[in-house]
Amino acid sequence: MISREDVEHVARLARLALTDAEKERMRVQLDAILTYIDKLRALDVDGVEPTAHAVRLVNVMRDDEITPCLPQDEAVANAPDPSGEFFRVPRILEG
Amino acid sequence: MSSPISDGGSRRLAVATRPDYEVVIGLEVHAQLLTRTKMFCGCPTSFGAAPNTQTCPVCLGMPGTLPVINRRTIDFGVRTALALNLRINTASRFARKHYFYPDMPKNFQISQYEEPLAEEGSLEIDQTDGTVRRIRIQRLHLEEDVGKLIHEGTLETAQASLVDFNRAGVPLMETVSHPDLRSPEEAAAYLKSFRAVLVYLGVCDGNMEEGSLRCDANVSIRPRGQTELGTKVEIKNVNSFRNVQRALQFEVQRQAKALDAGERIVQETRLWDADRGYTRSMRSKEFAHDYRYFPEPDLGPLALSSVFVDEARAALPELPRARRQRFVAAHGLPAYDADVLTQSRALADYYEAAVREFPHAKIVSNWVMSELLREIAADDERAIAGAPISPARLADLLRLIEAGTISGKIAKDVFQKMFRTGEDAHAIVDREGLTQVADAGALDTLVEQAIAANPRMVEDFRRGKTQAAKAIVGQVMKASGGKANPAIVSRLVEVKLAKA
Amino acid sequence: MAPALTGLTMHELTDRYRRGDARPSEVTEAYLARIEKLDDQVAAYVTVVREAALAAARAADERYRTSQPLGPLDGVPVAIKDVFCTRGVRTTCSSKILENFVPPYDATAVARLTAAGAVMLGKTNMDEFAMGSSTEHSGFKVTRNPWDLARVPGGSSGGSAAAVAGELAAAAIGTDTGGSVRQPAAFCGVVGLKPTYGRISRYGLIAFASSLDHVGPITHDVRDAAAMLQTLAGVDPRDSTSVDAPVPDYTAALAGGVAGLRLGVPREYFTEGMDPEVERAVRVAIDRLRELGATLEEVSLPTTDYGLAVYYIVAPAEASSNLARYDGVKYGLRVPGGRDLIDMESRTRAAGFGAEVKRRIMLGTYALSAGYYDAYYGRAQKVRTLVKRDFEAAFGRVDLLVGPTTPGVAFKHGEKEDPLAMYLNDVFTVGANLAGLPAVSIRCGFSASGLPIGLQLIGRPFDEARVLRAAHAYEQATDWRARRPAR
Ligand SMILES: [Mg+2]
Ligand SMILES: [Zn+2]
Repeated sequence: MISREDVEHVARLARLALTDAEKERMRVQLDAILTYIDKLRALDVDGVEPTAHAVRLVNVMRDDEITPCLPQDEAVANAPDPSGEFFRVPRILEG
Repeated sequence: MSSPISDGGSRRLAVATRPDYEVVIGLEVHAQLLTRTKMFCGCPTSFGAAPNTQTCPVCLGMPGTLPVINRRTIDFGVRTALALNLRINTASRFARKHYFYPDMPKNFQISQYEEPLAEEGSLEIDQTDGTVRRIRIQRLHLEEDVGKLIHEGTLETAQASLVDFNRAGVPLMETVSHPDLRSPEEAAAYLKSFRAVLVYLGVCDGNMEEGSLRCDANVSIRPRGQTELGTKVEIKNVNSFRNVQRALQFEVQRQAKALDAGERIVQETRLWDADRGYTRSMRSKEFAHDYRYFPEPDLGPLALSSVFVDEARAALPELPRARRQRFVAAHGLPAYDADVLTQSRALADYYEAAVREFPHAKIVSNWVMSELLREIAADDERAIAGAPISPARLADLLRLIEAGTISGKIAKDVFQKMFRTGEDAHAIVDREGLTQVADAGALDTLVEQAIAANPRMVEDFRRGKTQAAKAIVGQVMKASGGKANPAIVSRLVEVKLAKA
Repeated sequence: MAPALTGLTMHELTDRYRRGDARPSEVTEAYLARIEKLDDQVAAYVTVVREAALAAARAADERYRTSQPLGPLDGVPVAIKDVFCTRGVRTTCSSKILENFVPPYDATAVARLTAAGAVMLGKTNMDEFAMGSSTEHSGFKVTRNPWDLARVPGGSSGGSAAAVAGELAAAAIGTDTGGSVRQPAAFCGVVGLKPTYGRISRYGLIAFASSLDHVGPITHDVRDAAAMLQTLAGVDPRDSTSVDAPVPDYTAALAGGVAGLRLGVPREYFTEGMDPEVERAVRVAIDRLRELGATLEEVSLPTTDYGLAVYYIVAPAEASSNLARYDGVKYGLRVPGGRDLIDMESRTRAAGFGAEVKRRIMLGTYALSAGYYDAYYGRAQKVRTLVKRDFEAAFGRVDLLVGPTTPGVAFKHGEKEDPLAMYLNDVFTVGANLAGLPAVSIRCGFSASGLPIGLQLIGRPFDEARVLRAAHAYEQATDWRARRPAR
């Protein structure tokens, strides 16, 4: 059973500002989905290897060779608050 | 900061540390790998470029972009792991570590979690008292660096901050020691040896000013004899040997005072303020620290073959400690000399090249330590490799002394001139006529003049004050502008005084 | 002349180009005119790039004039799902959070299409960040099904499927994470192919769930799907999960029919709740394949039901991570006036993401959070292994699996408000995503109300050729293709 506190904690982790109405709707819906998902508990998965990828590739690497960078203006072109050559962000409060 | 031996500070610390508490320290070192390009994209890693000019869609975390592992980062990681006797995991993988911070373009860091590149090894450090300490290493893993934040004002007062992503995606190698370190100076010694290993391996330039090597420390104290560990505090941002010592000293004192006062130590992260010389709590909302690691779905796992690992092992260079021991054994150098001369691979190479040309180990050692290191820091790889006086030319100079062509005193001036001008010893000695006066004829006159000019000294000599002879020798040497051969002069003086 | 031109398949078009009966610019004009006229009803497009399209078309004209065409895509007007990054062209993922994002790079799939001479008409609407099965969850507009404007085109690639069905593009590409190419293809009565995981590069495809996202063509017929796959397939140094396996000649492989092919019919793909009209049409289609020489065998995929549950853990978990980057710092939306960074980020994400996206970010974040990882993500990854084993076991006995693409036909707008009810649409399609298998949806009939019904064929890894061959044989033996939506 997922609680209002769970919803608020997860919303904080996910950086989502939810209204009280959204929180409640979210709680009900997540609860329904998680209940559906709980059917997975019925299966015995002891000793079963997890699958991260359907097609398993190993040791895919590139050589240490320089490729062209973006010009500075293109790099910051999409910034909502560009500050010349930087990306600008509001003040950071540690915690 | 990293002079040949930086334990001047630690002696002071040794006095400061508390005998009634045992100090328990573990170090987490992040080393920037010496690759041409970033961990997961082809952007260059060079330091000091204009803001956001060394970025691409991948390291800016733009939508739809994907990481591709830089092969050299794996090679370097494996090389280091082998040098530290770590066990290379045949299966390892990358994972995503999640937390929101604006210097991190994707708001997750590609790192390694459950299956790091290597685990369980150790680094042996020789202590000033000659004993050896084996510091166990927990794990070694690879991860990407974050960008740089420039605060308008200080972090506390800034109304806004600016982000430069040039550093974002630069490859880092994180190495975590077990809590085996027992004093701030031991921590510094560990960091020093660790750095030397990386530099010898050529995987990191070890430049702490530019942040190529960064250190976080976990420190706790416990009353001597107590078995369970005290509450540990993590100290961030201790980025020089000296700061490791200062920060740890401060923290040890802080915790000791707290315990004395019957307070409890809070498990927290504290930031070392090098300017103000204290650690302060970062009081960040630790509760929110839930990194939600899971295997990076955009990268397959690594399965390193034993063949690959064996090849890497075979290619390992001689490491600082082995070389130091060989310098003592093979060249018969004092431990102190060996320690200084193995501060960096370049310096040790320089020394051995010079000894090959001029096989008098201790003489070469003296000249390198006193003269060369007066000009260049022992760990400045680049400067030593490109020193204006090559090992061969230093050997030439030493041969001139051996042959008696110039005096040791003159040779030191010649060394200076060689260093400034890049000329070889012969050129300077010939041009400036610095060869010693060894012809007795020329010296006779100088000696007679000196004796005539100092009747009192002659008197003293007659009265049995033998050192008066030395004074006259000094006069002669002075008159010759230091070019007279001291041995011949004193022989002549004795003869003439006897006659006189 | 123009309306006729817009109904043609890629191969019919390029035949005409080569014969000189039509020119790419002429056809492109015809499509642009049709989009002009009809797209405010269908709402397939988010962005139309008229000038760029005409320029590309004229270049193609020139190649045909000098009889140096680039191949089966040269001069073909195509629609690109707005999940693919397009250099210099706004790419939104149908999300307000990316409303004004202009990528400085092309997705590899887009680069390959344009290099082959395809003419991009524009970017198509989708469920925001590809999360949905109806294209109702777009941050901008609701796409309608050309067969019945009151109904959904399916999703998340609903814009691309509607564009092809509605003759607003000759072909399109979409993405399929849990059925997002095949399900809208079924609802719109077109061909939708999801190849093997790793067959087509994901570079520049805005990630929803990295281990499940696939690129796929949406076309009028199977021959077109084969030609498009030919162009898109192949390893990409930019995508570590793309596979360096030989790419066969898919078009040549279409010949040969189904004689001797062993088809497996999964028992679990015919469920209680499914639409009887769909079941009937699919059963008839399977009989037809038998008449054409295939042998049939019932097989079982016991974990089919669990597949959906696995999908609704793995996909949101990966999504919660992939979507963390949208924070109002580097690109896209920023809600002004935040007290501080965290406030700005939280309000930007709250305003920029729609309800469904927020729901999945929450679900995924929860599933990965401390204390729940093993119970949810960890367990889901293990069950995923069981799902894969089911398919492996089945393919030990048969060459292809055949069944319905969806339990029902296109539903009405707003009919499925409850998230779970919506999710159940994917029950037959997610399996192929979890196991990374090639699968295609083709038209196999119509409901009494005149809505298309989709037949799904699933193959072994990298066996696209056989999947397409069977689909082609069925298509040739039936005349469902003849029917067109009104207007
Ligand atoms: Mg780290
Ligand atoms: Zn880059």
